[in-house]
Amino acid sequence: MKFGIIVFPGSNCDHDCYHAVKHVFNKEARYIWHKETSLEGLDCLILPGGFSYGDYLRTGAIARFSPVMSAVAGFAKKGGLVLGICNGFQILTEAGLLPGVLMRNKGLKFICKRAWLKVGNNSTVFSSAYEAGAVVNIPIAHADGNYFADADTMKRLEDENRIIFRYCDKEGNTTPDANPNGSCGNVAAIVNASGNVMGTMPHPERACEDILGRADGRAVFESILRGLAG
Amino acid sequence: MKITDAVIKEHGLAKGEFSRIVDMLGREPNLLELGIFSVMWSEHCSYKSSRVHLRNFPTKGPAVLQGPGENAGVVDIGGGLAVVFKMESHNHPSFIEPYQGAATGVGGILRDVFTMGARPVANLNSLRFGSLDNPKTAFLVQGVAAGIAGYGNCMGVPTVGGEVYFNDCYNGNCLVNAMTVGIVKKDRIFKGNASGIGNPVIYVGSKTGRDGIHGATMASDVFGEGGEERRPTVQVGDPFAEKLLLEACLELFKTDYVVGIQDMGAAGLTSSSVEMAGRGGTGIEIDVDLVPRREDGMSGYEVMLSESQERMLLVARKGAEEDVAKIFRKWDLDVQVIGRVIDGKKVRILEGGKLAAEIPVAALTDDAPVYERPMQRPDWQDGVNSLNMKDVPLPRDYNDVLLKLISSGNIASKEFIYTQYDHMVRTDTVVCPGSDAAVIRLKGTDTGLAMTVDCNPTYCFLDPFTGGAIAVAEAARNLAASGARPLALTDCLNFGSPERPEVMWQFKEAVMGIREACLELGIPVIGGNVSLYNETSGKAIHPTPAIGMVGLIDDIKHHQTQWFKEAKDVIYLIGTGGEGLGGSEYLKTIHGLEKGLPPRLDLKREKSVQEACLTAIKAGIIRSAHDVSEGGLAVAVAEACFNPDGLLGAELDVDIQGLRIDEALFGEAQSRIIVSLRMGDIARLRDICVKAGAPAKAIGAVTSTPCLRVWNLRKWKFIEMDVERLKDAWSGSLERMLHAGL
Repeated sequence: MKFGIIVFPGSNCDHDCYHAVKHVFNKEARYIWHKETSLEGLDCLILPGGFSYGDYLRTGAIARFSPVMSAVAGFAKKGGLVLGICNGFQILTEAGLLPGVLMRNKGLKFICKRAWLKVGNNSTVFSSAYEAGAVVNIPIAHADGNYFADADTMKRLEDENRIIFRYCDKEGNTTPDANPNGSCGNVAAIVNASGNVMGTMPHPERACEDILGRADGRAVFESILRGLAG
Repeated sequence: MKITDAVIKEHGLAKGEFSRIVDMLGREPNLLELGIFSVMWSEHCSYKSSRVHLRNFPTKGPAVLQGPGENAGVVDIGGGLAVVFKMESHNHPSFIEPYQGAATGVGGILRDVFTMGARPVANLNSLRFGSLDNPKTAFLVQGVAAGIAGYGNCMGVPTVGGEVYFNDCYNGNCLVNAMTVGIVKKDRIFKGNASGIGNPVIYVGSKTGRDGIHGATMASDVFGEGGEERRPTVQVGDPFAEKLLLEACLELFKTDYVVGIQDMGAAGLTSSSVEMAGRGGTGIEIDVDLVPRREDGMSGYEVMLSESQERMLLVARKGAEEDVAKIFRKWDLDVQVIGRVIDGKKVRILEGGKLAAEIPVAALTDDAPVYERPMQRPDWQDGVNSLNMKDVPLPRDYNDVLLKLISSGNIASKEFIYTQYDHMVRTDTVVCPGSDAAVIRLKGTDTGLAMTVDCNPTYCFLDPFTGGAIAVAEAARNLAASGARPLALTDCLNFGSPERPEVMWQFKEAVMGIREACLELGIPVIGGNVSLYNETSGKAIHPTPAIGMVGLIDDIKHHQTQWFKEAKDVIYLIGTGGEGLGGSEYLKTIHGLEKGLPPRLDLKREKSVQEACLTAIKAGIIRSAHDVSEGGLAVAVAEACFNPDGLLGAELDVDIQGLRIDEALFGEAQSRIIVSLRMGDIARLRDICVKAGAPAKAIGAVTSTPCLRVWNLRKWKFIEMDVERLKDAWSGSLERMLHAGL
């Protein structure tokens, strides 16, 4: 069971993801420089958070042209697991591996805080370790997390049960007040149609150890490990 | 170009200084040489007015690996590791262009730390703005916060702590002091040293442009009206380039190619090359034609004085040029050999194949002017120190006072600002912003670091000596309340014009106060920065000697936060009350007075209180610890009720012992920490306090009902407030006030 963590110029949660995989869950992991093109022997790719290419032009818009990205697309097509966190999510939408786009937060400011999330579909390979409808607490840290998709796409995401996390309040109500960035339908994390690519704005790798507060992000990794163990 | 009186003046040099240059060179300098002297002799680079006073700081300690004089100080923390940290000001640029000024301040201090070989692990900042009803304040706050966020977040370095004060005295000069903390292997520390005659001098990072020319000179001048016209002297930051530079440098530091390295900060290529030669006891020759440029037609003068960001100068082992280049090219950065280390202790600049400047290194470093400026206690000092308590009427409603205090700019939650900073990246932040000190863990060890910045400008205005000493004592107290033993401090000394004797008096007093607290508490000064000329149209800021301090937590399990944890826990006060309301937030907010004398500081008492608190936390019996500071006991207890996991209440019984009620509730007597603990641990706490020589007494209990009640001898009820209401006032008020100001 081997994880690959892609390092774009400007990635800055690469070490955090590596630490979670390698030292919290004791699984093999290696960094993949964005100019590499072979993803041989890997079971799960993580596109970490950060500011690839400084977020210049538009978040993720330049990184999608990195040489590694065509390999990532091929890997996903063959059913490999791909997890995009924060900037990773933004890159996946720019690359067309996930629908929609992440716009500037409605308040126009960067927001770093712990967010309450309601678990949607818990039958995916990224969410099976959560209880359906559970209310969990995972940090967010982004300036561009305002998920937008047109009405048809939103309907498809709903109908196909592809929303994994929605922003909510402590009691689990997905109200506009509980929406920190203006996302359509309070969307915080989605999967692709085949369920093997997930994009999440909340950072599960920041919530894997009790010493850092509630460890509600662990279940994302536990789900993946369970899925890979088959 | 002829060197006229006007040209000399434009370069910020005094006439006497120019004659001194002529004497040193034995001839008149040309324009390039004049430019080099002007930046190297600027207050910002030369410390010419402050140097004689800074010698008073205790800088040594058994764990100090590097004191002042390098890019940053270094302290041994055991296990083969060392912590590197420094704080630096970016005040003038931030007032002119808040976003870029603050952003490049963060960029500069990060480079100071990673140039030592360390990976930056945390940022902090100390910010000062004018009053909240000043029309410019909201604009500056928003710009500075966004600039710090824009740079630090992109770098992937968490901004874990800081402090923000508002005061009229900063209406014309805001203060932006940025601090970075890094971790390095003890045997892999790099220094800014140019040695080895013939070794190549290599330029790495971004290209050089025309931005920031004479930034150091601007930072060494007062503002008049229309200071914004200096906007072109503010540099523009590119955090993405710096992130690449950081990773490339850290990759380089794993090799043995580097002899010395220094960032190009204030005075750019000039100061980095001159200072490296100075420390190495060598000379440096640079061919400006080889310097990578962003635009055509730049003169040697512009190249040497540019303060373009995200650049480093390094001296490598001869023959390693290509190996060094490979690393930087991987990260798409410019890398270019631009000169070499030479014999003869001179800096030589070549342009167009000709010698364009030649100056002895010492003339720019050791032999730069040092002034013993005249000092005089201000004639207004007695006036502001006099406070007749009879003129301060007792309030009728203490609930109302508490509500006003807790929602005042200096006490209210700074959440609106710090939620813009990524404070969790690196997954090490154990205590996030909002508690007494931030705490990070060190992966792969059982230890952690606590860090804080502190300075109460009102105290320093009323008595700079005591204010300076309290800044050190309170920073150390914040660390003790978090479970950490202070290791060392860095300072950022922000003052008005040194050419005014009363400012120099304030400076000297503050330095001596810091010195006394350092000596008594055993905390060395390992680096810092002086920012003078913080005044506009003749009005200086309050003396603001900001203190940044880092402490070590031996066992990260035993760190502490300020929030009560469980109902029925007993609340203890370590320390005692004290008389006086001078300099308090209460006096300023409720009575509109910034007067009197600041609280007394008994350093022996301070030491024993900190010792008792730290020992009790290490013994595992303390459930929360919070330093009593602005707003006094009532505010401290209210803040302790704001547990982020769920509000709690407190029932307090205060014996006012002959004090006025407002003194007992809102006075800011020093050396006090409130702790909470289980009933069964009281005897152990008492024992620990007796051994440490610290007074302690039970003052109340934590309640599950979120209500704060303060009684006097179980008879009179001074305060009865819903904690939810207090929390709302505290957490939302800054944003409301700033929005009102926009």
